[in-house]
Amino acid sequence: MGESLTPSSNAERNEGTIFWVVGFVLLFVLPVLNVLPTENSWLHVSDFALNRFGKFLAFAILALGLDLIWGYAGILSLGQGVFFGLGAYCMGMHLMLTIGNESVYGSALPDFMVWNQVTELPFFWKPFYSFSAAVLAGLLVPACFALVFGFLAFRSRIRGVYFAIITQALALMAWLVFNRNETNLGGTNGLTDFKTILGFRLSDPGTQLALYVVTVLCLGGAYLLCRWIIGSRAGRVLIAIRDSEQRVLFSGYSPANYKLFVFVVSAALAGLAGMLYVPQVGIITPAQMGVLPSLETVIWVAVGGRATLVGAIVGAVGVNLGRSILTNHFPELWPFFLGGLFVVVVLLFPDGVMGITRTLSEKLTMWSARLRKAPAAEEEQA
Amino acid sequence: MTEHGSIIYLEGVTVDYDGFKALNSLNFIVNHRELRVVIGPNGAGKTTLLDVISGKTKPAAGRVIFGKDTHLIGMREYEITQLGIGRKFQAPSIYGNLTVWENLDLSLSRPSKGVLFTLRGRSTTAERNQIDEALETIGLKNQAHLRAGSLSHGQKQWLEIGMVILQDPELLLVDEPVAGMTDEETEQTGRLLQSLAEKHAIVVIEHDMEFVRQIARIVTVLHEGTVICEGPVEKVQADPRVVEIYLGRHKVTHA
Repeated sequence: MGESLTPSSNAERNEGTIFWVVGFVLLFVLPVLNVLPTENSWLHVSDFALNRFGKFLAFAILALGLDLIWGYAGILSLGQGVFFGLGAYCMGMHLMLTIGNESVYGSALPDFMVWNQVTELPFFWKPFYSFSAAVLAGLLVPACFALVFGFLAFRSRIRGVYFAIITQALALMAWLVFNRNETNLGGTNGLTDFKTILGFRLSDPGTQLALYVVTVLCLGGAYLLCRWIIGSRAGRVLIAIRDSEQRVLFSGYSPANYKLFVFVVSAALAGLAGMLYVPQVGIITPAQMGVLPSLETVIWVAVGGRATLVGAIVGAVGVNLGRSILTNHFPELWPFFLGGLFVVVVLLFPDGVMGITRTLSEKLTMWSARLRKAPAAEEEQA
Repeated sequence: MTEHGSIIYLEGVTVDYDGFKALNSLNFIVNHRELRVVIGPNGAGKTTLLDVISGKTKPAAGRVIFGKDTHLIGMREYEITQLGIGRKFQAPSIYGNLTVWENLDLSLSRPSKGVLFTLRGRSTTAERNQIDEALETIGLKNQAHLRAGSLSHGQKQWLEIGMVILQDPELLLVDEPVAGMTDEETEQTGRLLQSLAEKHAIVVIEHDMEFVRQIARIVTVLHEGTVICEGPVEKVQADPRVVEIYLGRHKVTHA
């Protein structure tokens, strides 16, 4: 009797095996295929492909955070893009400052400031000279923002569709604020033209390979963190909140505190994803933190399967892979495809890809059990 | 009755919904280890009474004292729960996506129900035994690892009673526990409540007069937000005011 008697100790063991296999492929096989075979070999993974995949894995971390709050606790946040953007801008600001005199105008100030006739570095930029301060800020700024915002929202018992609408307004607001030149964060053009990270040139394939490996490790860590939360009693309180918040209240738990906790964790994960995104993609603009990117994250999780951590990762990587293939061939069709995909999933497969595989594997075991039984029954009859 | 011997003591409690007085300077006292049944026609304020005690509704006036001297007005629901007041709702309110065992595990009274404690907490052997005992009491031992959402209506009601028992409350508030139950289930529920009354004080709201006669010692009759009569079942049923309230409207009592 105990904690592990949720119906799935077998499934859990499988998940562990899959974790190590996938981790091995991502961490060793792909990098080795990138470095070893010659460029013409069919086994070769190009720098471009690896870099693009690294971006998808960063998105997977963002999706994990949303799955935690939406899939498990049932709170739909349409503002995850804001937290992603905050993390991304923290890293972007650091990378801007390391450009130094290599910039187009040769000034120690970022180019856009010269352009906007800013003569002195704004005070809030100064801590970002330090890499570790930038990383810390990339986690803490989104987390603190979520803490304050969530505290106010959950204390006032704002939930369901109202919370979704408010977080969407938050995304719009963030987009507007970051678009303004007066914010001193690059306006519409955002932050770009980065040269180095920790002294390594970003244009160097080796640097990109290292960034890819760091992203894989962060994704693994984020996954384990989420697993730990979901596997604990606190994880079951989250599911309980989704099922019956009133009962949670009358079981002696404060739902507001649990929601706040999971909201802050999801924001920090989004910030981490943003920090990993920026050096790999080379640009961050307000368009990456507005309403649309926040909604897209919801689609990834819905497609992959809510309330399964693997589903969030599968959805994020799968949808983005689909996007990069489709936009290559039929660029104007992608929005329709994405929208259609969402409608189909919501209407027909509410549990997403993971739900489909679960149903299939259940059916398979049923059939195989029946097949094994059938001959035995025939023998008995004879 | 003094306020010191009581487990819950309400004095002059008024709940005002935009001019409609759901409770009208109500006085209501329950003693330790008492099984009290509250009856009354629809809209008499029965559920509001439970809402006030459990912190769901804030009264406009009055005092609510739990045990010796704990004032409940202004406390949050989960704080009141942690003090030792458990509540069973009318419609079964359980966690459908968790197993029966997990439902009980979450409800179990623990030193802390904060996030940090709950993240690290593992059930001790003593706690598991307690849960097994509760499973025995509510007769769901064989269903322990089923999804609670797949239980029958009656089983869900018992599960919720089990969850409330595991909170180890000094006072149990039970809202229409046998609504929608079969006769057999009703009788089992009655026995369950009576055995619980040996250790806890219980307030039961009920419509089913047969069930009231099965379990009640003292009955309180509410009407338009005030107590109009209190006493043993026979006395209450013979009271002309009670007869008028019930018979004057519709025959709930079929006595």
